[in-house]
Amino acid sequence: MTDIPLLSLAIWVPIIGGLLVLATGSDRNAPLARMLALAVAVAGFVVTIPLYTGFDVGTSAMQFVELQSWVPRFNINYHLGVDGISVLFVLLNSFITIIVVAAGWQVIETKVAQYMAAFLIMSGLMNGIFSALDAVLFYVFFEASLIPLYLIIGIWGGANRVYAAIKFFLYTLFGSLLMLIALLYLFMQSGGSFSILDWHQLPLPIEPQILIFLAFLIAFGVKVPMWPVHTWLPDAHVEAPTGGSVVLAAIALKLGAYGFLRFSLPIVPDAANELAPLVITLSLIAVVYIGFVALVQADMKKLVAYSSISHMGFVTLGFFMFNSLGVEGALVQMISHGFVSGAMFLCIGVLYDRLHSRQIADYGGVVHTMPKFAAFFMLFTMANSGLPATSGFVGEFMVVLGAVQYNFWIGFVAATTLILGAAYSLWMYKRVVFGKVANPHVAELEDINGREFAFLAVLAACVLAMGLYPFPFTEVMHASVNELLRHVAVSKL
Amino acid sequence: MSDMKAIYLLVPLAPLAGAILAGLFGKQIGRAGAHVVTILGVAIAFVASLFIYQDVAAGNTFNGTVYTWMQAGGIDFEVGFLIDSLTVMMMLVVTFVSLMVHIYTIGYMSEDPGYQRFFSYISLFTFSMLMLVMSNNFLQLFFGWEAVGLVSYLLIGFWYERPTAIYANMKAFLVNRVGDFGFLLGIGLVAAYAGSLDYAEVFAKAKELSVTEMAVTGWPLLTAICICLFIGAMGKSAQVPLHVWLPDSMEGPTPISALIHAATMVTAGIFMVARMSPLFELSDTALSFVLVIGATTALFMGFLGIVQNDIKRVVAYSTLSQLGYMTVALGVSAYSAAVFHLMTHAFFKALLFLGAGSVIIGMHHDQDMRNMGGLRKYMPITWITSLLGSLALIGFPFFSGFYSKDSIIEAVHSSTIAGSGYAMFCVLLGVFITAFYSFRMYFLVFHGDERFGKAHDHAHHDHHGDHDDEEPSADHHHGLAPGQKPHESPWVVTLPLVLLAVPSVLIGFFTIDPMLFGEWFKGVILVGDNHVGLRELAANYHGPVGMAIHGLQTAPFWLAMGGVALAWFFYMKRPDIPAAIQRTFKPIHTLLENKYYFDRFNEIFFAAGARLLGRGLWKAGDQALIDGVAVNGSARLVGWVAQMSRLFQTGHLYQYAFMMIIGVFVLLTYWFNRG
Repeated sequence: MTDIPLLSLAIWVPIIGGLLVLATGSDRNAPLARMLALAVAVAGFVVTIPLYTGFDVGTSAMQFVELQSWVPRFNINYHLGVDGISVLFVLLNSFITIIVVAAGWQVIETKVAQYMAAFLIMSGLMNGIFSALDAVLFYVFFEASLIPLYLIIGIWGGANRVYAAIKFFLYTLFGSLLMLIALLYLFMQSGGSFSILDWHQLPLPIEPQILIFLAFLIAFGVKVPMWPVHTWLPDAHVEAPTGGSVVLAAIALKLGAYGFLRFSLPIVPDAANELAPLVITLSLIAVVYIGFVALVQADMKKLVAYSSISHMGFVTLGFFMFNSLGVEGALVQMISHGFVSGAMFLCIGVLYDRLHSRQIADYGGVVHTMPKFAAFFMLFTMANSGLPATSGFVGEFMVVLGAVQYNFWIGFVAATTLILGAAYSLWMYKRVVFGKVANPHVAELEDINGREFAFLAVLAACVLAMGLYPFPFTEVMHASVNELLRHVAVSKL
Repeated sequence: MSDMKAIYLLVPLAPLAGAILAGLFGKQIGRAGAHVVTILGVAIAFVASLFIYQDVAAGNTFNGTVYTWMQAGGIDFEVGFLIDSLTVMMMLVVTFVSLMVHIYTIGYMSEDPGYQRFFSYISLFTFSMLMLVMSNNFLQLFFGWEAVGLVSYLLIGFWYERPTAIYANMKAFLVNRVGDFGFLLGIGLVAAYAGSLDYAEVFAKAKELSVTEMAVTGWPLLTAICICLFIGAMGKSAQVPLHVWLPDSMEGPTPISALIHAATMVTAGIFMVARMSPLFELSDTALSFVLVIGATTALFMGFLGIVQNDIKRVVAYSTLSQLGYMTVALGVSAYSAAVFHLMTHAFFKALLFLGAGSVIIGMHHDQDMRNMGGLRKYMPITWITSLLGSLALIGFPFFSGFYSKDSIIEAVHSSTIAGSGYAMFCVLLGVFITAFYSFRMYFLVFHGDERFGKAHDHAHHDHHGDHDDEEPSADHHHGLAPGQKPHESPWVVTLPLVLLAVPSVLIGFFTIDPMLFGEWFKGVILVGDNHVGLRELAANYHGPVGMAIHGLQTAPFWLAMGGVALAWFFYMKRPDIPAAIQRTFKPIHTLLENKYYFDRFNEIFFAAGARLLGRGLWKAGDQALIDGVAVNGSARLVGWVAQMSRLFQTGHLYQYAFMMIIGVFVLLTYWFNRG
């Protein structure tokens, strides 16, 4: 299509830029590091825009493909490409990186260059995950992306950061080891290919399919995270700095879900069909169980973390009903969750920066001193509870419609999120924002400054745009999702 | 046609523009700027609606798409308009009442610091409500449905300092969400089985859907769809048991009680069911369900009106009861009577609420009727208009409420559907109750001794006035100081009262012919041949004058008169009697005071239960089981294994030698026994 290797740029501009930022060294050069980081982030986003504008919505094939031999001996290739499932995540990831850089602008005062570099490098690695078509390349990016996040939590995190970072690291490492075994098995079975697209066509008996599916389920399920392997997420969120939480929620959680669509469903479709009831059950538990747990959290970040898990339950639910409303709804939900949960964590960050507390009980009556903030926070809270005309509604609506189509009772359970989501979101909002000024600290709060206003406004615009006109988002997905569903419906036995 | 499309678009967009201007640039345009732009927006919408009305009356309807919101799963999700006689009637009601409320607000909120914000919200509400009624599909209906819920949430909690207000607004939103839960499932079923969300396409498949069974559950599909949709209506239109939010919504400023919680938003459910008449007509089960819920609401919420002392709450319970009447009408397939009552009710209930608001202003934000009395001398316009509104409410012949309510009662009378006997009992007794509590309020407020301006010490401060309360003390008393007299409200308040009084009195008389017995709703509201609907009534109908004269001889009229007379006797003549009754029937009074314990039950069972469950799942599930046993447990296990294996690596040669000997011994034993 085009000669410019756009995907490589999307990966390497932030990584190399990140290394440059790192080179600015100590905090004496912090202003330079910040400016450079912002420039790199913007450049990283700009190079992804042609991926959308030049995207051909008429085909399900991989686009912007780059193929180069990497380790010829094991037939490992530097193979990149995006389809309607992955392209939006490359854009989302690069976009969120700008927000994250802006959000850490004044807040991070120590090791600024390292902080910014970590985010930029991670952004490049994440783009690698979404565009890798070679399993080894995927695995390398997948594992490498753990390291910056681990460092972000471990270095710039809160008091209990070491426990959280190690828990996060071990949890996900445990999952990915199982995935590695599965990948190696597939390499053997396919007669020495690491090409994910080849594996899509590889016939497999049911027993190995089930085993591979379970390995993937654990690997990706931990990342999503699915119930019951979710407990690392609240801890990681609570300890992570605001930027870390944003990336974790907006992008990192999408990796696992993406894995289901790229690996589990097309490579082992029979096992996916066989075990769909299991995944659906776990997803519904996530929606309901976690919804109740979110209700009683006293820590705002934990509450939003739990609400993330509940929303991701919708994603896995949507995938495994194998209808296009479900799968596209789940994808829409992933994008929307990127905006909304990112914004929620930013809002909590805004409060935390001022009062150094995330406890709901330490707030109350914030609207008196921060009316602009209260307006933004209201919008995002409503989006979090799936109000129509916000992006949060679109995915939930599609998944519920798909669920009712699939099985009324599944739709019934899933739709309870309408009540639960509103309950935990609005109850938190009420206690934090409404009411009389709770204490002298709240009375001294200053409303958001220009920088905070800017990133919240940009996200608000995204949330509203996607809520009012989701057409461009779903349009991109149709061909690939339909092809995927067609593929899953055909047995490989 | 495209010219008309621009006008259709103008109707919702003009209030939206006003809302955005007043909301985002309130500081820049100032207070006067805010009310000018919003009133202008709503006025444009009203005038455009009038124009569209003429066009529709000339026989031009419209059903078309504005833009395609999304395509997925083979379904086009669209934003579009359906302009027909039902829509345009709703548009006129919404824009007219909204315009009145906007004007009234200038006076009512004149001292409030949130002036611009308030105008922004009510204009945003007008936009949302218009999108709801103008929709030609379920998606946009749901959009409007939730959007009016959002604005209602924002407005009930307008005075966000008050604990009661921010409790009430969350409660309203959550209870509505319970309804929306059903509504969404209903829409899901429509999408799954009809493959479209467009009204016309779905209605075209109604027959087919009515003979389909649902896949997993085996239920009759159309009944399930209708009941699910109606659960949504129960939330919005506050039907038992989802009515609990409406009385509490009185925490909001009075203008929105009139606009949202009486005239328009709460009637969305009624409108929706009327719009869906082609579906509901095909399910008698769903209709009976609707009927019984409506009848229960009509009667039992009326009872609660009797024991209220807060003037706004009396009107709120009367709204619940009247919504019950509309729902009853839907249940007996008298959709046009339901919509007719919706319209007349919108005028006289907005009037009553705004009248109550005027009284509240006159009383310096005291809402307790026990502190009022004799106000007719001081507030003549408020007095006369409230009297007219009350007469319309109780269905006094020739008043608009008479025509709509009497039609409903007659329709119930001639209906044969299951539950109609019970409904007949409820609506008849309801007439008496309505008259009783309405005139109890009327007499307590406008007649009798002047009880204001005294140092009152009974516990009325639990009902807060409409007043931005800067006084932190909880027992701060609003109201008139000793010796102070109430005063009539300014013209911006009384003008809307007068303008609303006109249709409250007249509109029934002039519109009953086309709306109930004429062609106005032809092709829009369908009544199946197996349902009587209004046919029997139509056969005996000889014009509005004849109907009113006939009405003088029927039971409802005498029941209403009985209610008025009893109210007069009890509260003017012998106030000792109600007190004695209250003492004698203490348990019943307690039951009513506690609103049948619905709130208590919800608080204990649902709210506290959910928190308990959440805490249980969190502590026992996440923390104890998953983290405690599985995660940290396996970490400990690894640690333990490491500890154990460290025991073997002591560095003492003799221990290693000993181990080797044991090893050799075990191996040899195994080797020899193998064969």
